[in-house]
Amino acid sequence: MTLDYRTDTVRSIRAGLSIIVYPAQYLLDLPGSFIDWTAETFVTRRTLQEENTSLRTQNQILKTQLQKFTFIEAENVHLRELLKSSKRVGERVLIAELLSVNLDPFRRQVVINKGSQNDDIYVSQPLLDANGVMGKIVHIYPLTSTAILITDPDHSLPVQVVRNGLRTIAVGTGSDNQLELLYLPNNADIQVGDELITSGLGCVFPAGYPVARVTVVNTNPSLPFAEVLAEPAAKLDRSREVLLVWPTHASLPEMQTPCTRNREAP
Amino acid sequence: MSIHERSRGAWVIAISFIVAMLLSIVPLPPSLHAFMPEWLLLVTIYWSMALPHRIGIGIAWCLGLLLDVLRDTLLGQYALVMALVIFLTVHLHQRIRVASLWQQAATIFVLCLIYMLIVFWIKGIQGLAPDFWMALISPLVSTLIWPAVFLFMRNLRRYYQVN
Repeated sequence: MTLDYRTDTVRSIRAGLSIIVYPAQYLLDLPGSFIDWTAETFVTRRTLQEENTSLRTQNQILKTQLQKFTFIEAENVHLRELLKSSKRVGERVLIAELLSVNLDPFRRQVVINKGSQNDDIYVSQPLLDANGVMGKIVHIYPLTSTAILITDPDHSLPVQVVRNGLRTIAVGTGSDNQLELLYLPNNADIQVGDELITSGLGCVFPAGYPVARVTVVNTNPSLPFAEVLAEPAAKLDRSREVLLVWPTHASLPEMQTPCTRNREAP
Repeated sequence: MSIHERSRGAWVIAISFIVAMLLSIVPLPPSLHAFMPEWLLLVTIYWSMALPHRIGIGIAWCLGLLLDVLRDTLLGQYALVMALVIFLTVHLHQRIRVASLWQQAATIFVLCLIYMLIVFWIKGIQGLAPDFWMALISPLVSTLIWPAVFLFMRNLRRYYQVN
């Protein structure tokens, strides 16, 4: 146990055993996938048409927004060049699917169906869904990998308030749909409804992805810090498709970025 | 006793272990997580109590190791507690066997409590300790469910004449 906690030596044992238990996970996932499959197969023409229309409309809207986005991105790159600042470029993503199994009852973790067999996944790789940050990879097995969710009590990530750039740390509480923001002084400029995005400071998550929205702000003058709670933007208990991201970290031209060093370390 | 007789019903035991493992990772809404009984522990306790000469500490340790990988916990955490609890069960099996169903359940509660406390302690060392009172729910549920597990498993064992 100590070996597992402190070092990496038992990883191969873990990987071997994971192949033995993979059939169990696969078997448990079957009913869910089967229901999904039947729901997709036996739909009426009408539903399909309606879905098609709504998707088309959504696509149009997104495309229109994207036109503007391309322009803004170009402008942003240009401005950053003028400032001799770092460039931000697009990230590579991979779509993975969750296996519907339950892990340790007191933690918030998920299993995804991509492992070291198919892709160059690495430990602490960010995991997103369509709405925001979900978590990061903790263990990689040949066929599957496990990820820790942002609501896990052992997880924390550096975030930033969109409105004013206030930086803080969002820590999981272990209960669903709740994050706690630590070390915010009582007079910090934070309100209910503030959007939080990743700040990219920890070198794990790429900057700028939505994380949560502030739901509770309690300021008690007798306590050193304000009690601030937030609700994750990602649908942690509902998403089935997730995105694995290979972030490209900002690199300043004149100095070695701290993040690359961090990435190369095992 | 021939080899054939010795290995009778090994597949029943194996399948019951597999089903218990599946049950222990069955997906549930997060609010029900704390209420999940320790299926694998109950089934292993039953077998080690009924057939202590076949199911012992070694098998319990292996099962615990598999549970560790299934639940992605520290490797050896469940292996240790399973081996310990099964050691106690094998040690006490003659006393547990003769007790009535609810007296048995009380013993199971103590065993589950030991199991839970050690898991709690290991998690505490890692800095992941869950809420103590929430952690008490699972042994309670396991205890309440024990009579059903026991009767089901006994019928299963008698039907397939596993001994």
